[in-house]
Amino acid sequence: MKSFFSKFKEGLKRSTPTFQKIFGQVGGIFSGKKLDAASIDELEEALYGADFGVETATEIIDEIQAAYRKDKELRGQDAARIGARVLERVLEGAEAPEDWLGEADPAVICLIGVNGSGKTTTTAKLGWKFKEEGKGVVLGACDTFRAAANEQIKTWADRLDLRLVASHHNADSAAVAYDAWQAAKGDNAKVLILDTAGRLHTKGNLMEELKKIRRVLQKHDETAPHHAWLVVDGSLGSNSIEQARKFHEAFGLTGLIVTKLDGTSRGGALVGIYRELQLPIYFVGLGEAKEDLQPFSVKNYTNALFGLEA
Amino acid sequence: MAAFLCVYLLGMLESLTDRMGQALRNLRGVGKLTEDNMAEALKEVRTALLSADVHFKVARQFVEDVRQAAMGQEVLKSVTPGQQIIKIINDELAKLLGEGTTGLADKKPLRIMMVGLHGSGKTTTSAKLAKRLMKDGYKPALIACDVYRPAAIDQLETLAKQIEVPCYTDRTSQDVPKIGRTGWDWAKEQERNLIIFDTAGRLQIDEDLIGEIKKLKDKIVPDEVLLVADSALGQEAVNVAKHFHEAVNLTGIVLTKLDGDARGGAALSMKAITGVPIKFMGTGEKTDDFDIFHPDRMAQRILGMGDVVSLVEKAQETIDEEEAERLAKKMQSNEFNLEDMLAQMRQVKKMGNLGGLMKMMPGMNGIEIGDREETQMRRTEAIILSMTPTERQTPRLLNASRRKRIADGSGVEVKDVNQLIKQFQQMQKMMKMMRGSKGKKMMKKMQSMGGMPGMGGGCGGLPGMGGGGLPRF
Repeated sequence: MKSFFSKFKEGLKRSTPTFQKIFGQVGGIFSGKKLDAASIDELEEALYGADFGVETATEIIDEIQAAYRKDKELRGQDAARIGARVLERVLEGAEAPEDWLGEADPAVICLIGVNGSGKTTTTAKLGWKFKEEGKGVVLGACDTFRAAANEQIKTWADRLDLRLVASHHNADSAAVAYDAWQAAKGDNAKVLILDTAGRLHTKGNLMEELKKIRRVLQKHDETAPHHAWLVVDGSLGSNSIEQARKFHEAFGLTGLIVTKLDGTSRGGALVGIYRELQLPIYFVGLGEAKEDLQPFSVKNYTNALFGLEA
Repeated sequence: MAAFLCVYLLGMLESLTDRMGQALRNLRGVGKLTEDNMAEALKEVRTALLSADVHFKVARQFVEDVRQAAMGQEVLKSVTPGQQIIKIINDELAKLLGEGTTGLADKKPLRIMMVGLHGSGKTTTSAKLAKRLMKDGYKPALIACDVYRPAAIDQLETLAKQIEVPCYTDRTSQDVPKIGRTGWDWAKEQERNLIIFDTAGRLQIDEDLIGEIKKLKDKIVPDEVLLVADSALGQEAVNVAKHFHEAVNLTGIVLTKLDGDARGGAALSMKAITGVPIKFMGTGEKTDDFDIFHPDRMAQRILGMGDVVSLVEKAQETIDEEEAERLAKKMQSNEFNLEDMLAQMRQVKKMGNLGGLMKMMPGMNGIEIGDREETQMRRTEAIILSMTPTERQTPRLLNASRRKRIADGSGVEVKDVNQLIKQFQQMQKMMKMMRGSKGKKMMKKMQSMGGMPGMGGGCGGLPGMGGGGLPRF
């Protein structure tokens, strides 16, 4: 199993010549070469290109420029270190807290997000992870809307040998959640993961459906769901901040999972989301295989982005 | 009341500044777009594009191109240079987005291959496209070529059933090119003349999987290769479109999830980098939520300055130039009377409802204009209409008994009439002030505002109007 660092970096290397040129180890402005006005311009481009958003990009540029004013001998490597440091500062506290699972029995994790963000795949990977850790886990197929969503999660459950509670197409998703909780309790499972239907954050009626899931769960356990995570596609831009904000308002998020970071996307929008909402990032998705879900590490993320060694 | 006057004054000031600005421009010959008078607005445009996720380079190039092209253009009479350049940007944006045809190859049978990243909406789009083209007389078949994602085949099959279209599946094979080829033959046997191949989501950099769609393409020789892309894509959109285009030679782009609130800058990035036309857009979860791409709507969405654009358009359409000229002259010559105030109000009203109008004013978003203000405006109109023409032209005639009569006639109380007259007097005072040296300074300041900036903070923020300059209403 490849580490987050190497896998993420590999993705970056495979293409995006500009990114590699600028952030990479060799030949780019973050190499041993001295900085000049042109390379700072290039740097700005690369930072915007990472979807960090205006605020963070400006902050990094400003710090590098300040350092450059003090020391004209500043080299690309030093600039990279400054960039990584600023980003680390911005992301301080963005990792999942220790022992986040908690004592609830079962601990209920609700995965929500827009269509196509990767909720179902993440549900499966997450289930497998708990199973590997020896924790009993049940999956609840609360996406009763999308065509063949049931079949998709069922295929995963069969493949990974996970207990799944599902109903039929167009069934009441809250009822599935209710049944799944009961099944998890009956199984003495430690974790219940609910996969919900994709919904755009702009649709009020679908937000109500989420709230109903919460209400129904609370008939069993007043503290459920213990974790409400937004699954965000890492290749999206600034709109993911809007997504996070609206879901947070409607449902109250406790964290994020950022998916599809095995491509060339830098997932910079997560920085924007964290800046705005201070929600920790629990996991990152790095591919389609079951083990491609890894805990988020600020250090690894920033180092990989700026071409520094872990 | 303050809010109402805010609008009212603004309408007035606008026309006033325009007129006076016009005069100034004629004097100094600044009626053209220049580097200076465009600078501020262009900066705002660039920021707007970046925050809409337009690729950094694309945004820079686009703004630069438009700036160059616009340089030296005459500024329209009734708008500021800043407003004008935003309108030009908007139009150019729509032009660029709309380049190329939204139509598909005019062929029967027609073969379409769908490609894209994971979760962009290929399967749903395949079904939507089939359904839409049925209206054009096509008989579609769907071919399930996604052998990777669990239940992707089931999903396509389910959707096909919903829209009553046959669907070819092969759950035993992993050989995608072969599935495609067999599916094609199968569709031919079914006498289908539209064959849509749904492929698996893949990263543009995944060499194996990109190789797979290349092979599929060789086997099925599609007439159209459509890239299905999430409208919320970030800066990566450029790489995605470029790589897919290089690999399989795209003939069109379908933007999905436009029912969300993504600004959709990715559309511009992809179009600018590949030149591939954007043909369709997905606007919802139902199979009917699908439409031909509308470049003008998209341009406004990306730029996020539709307010300014429609303000310019509306102002051009509805403001009666001659009437405005007449009023402006009156204002300047101290002959402004209640009749003119009424005319002015009607000009503003013609531009639409007040709330909507207010929203269009840059920097005025925070001010809530509701029914109350609308009612007030109607009431003001009624009061003036209850006056005789002589009274309107010579408001100092309005003594207590006339005021009583007017109040009765317009169904208000005397104190309302009093208030209106007081306002009118204050307005007159302001006109006087504007003709003085202080007023000229203020005009100059407004000239340099370039439309967008400087209006921030609502009415109180109008430059030169703070402090003791403007009578408080």
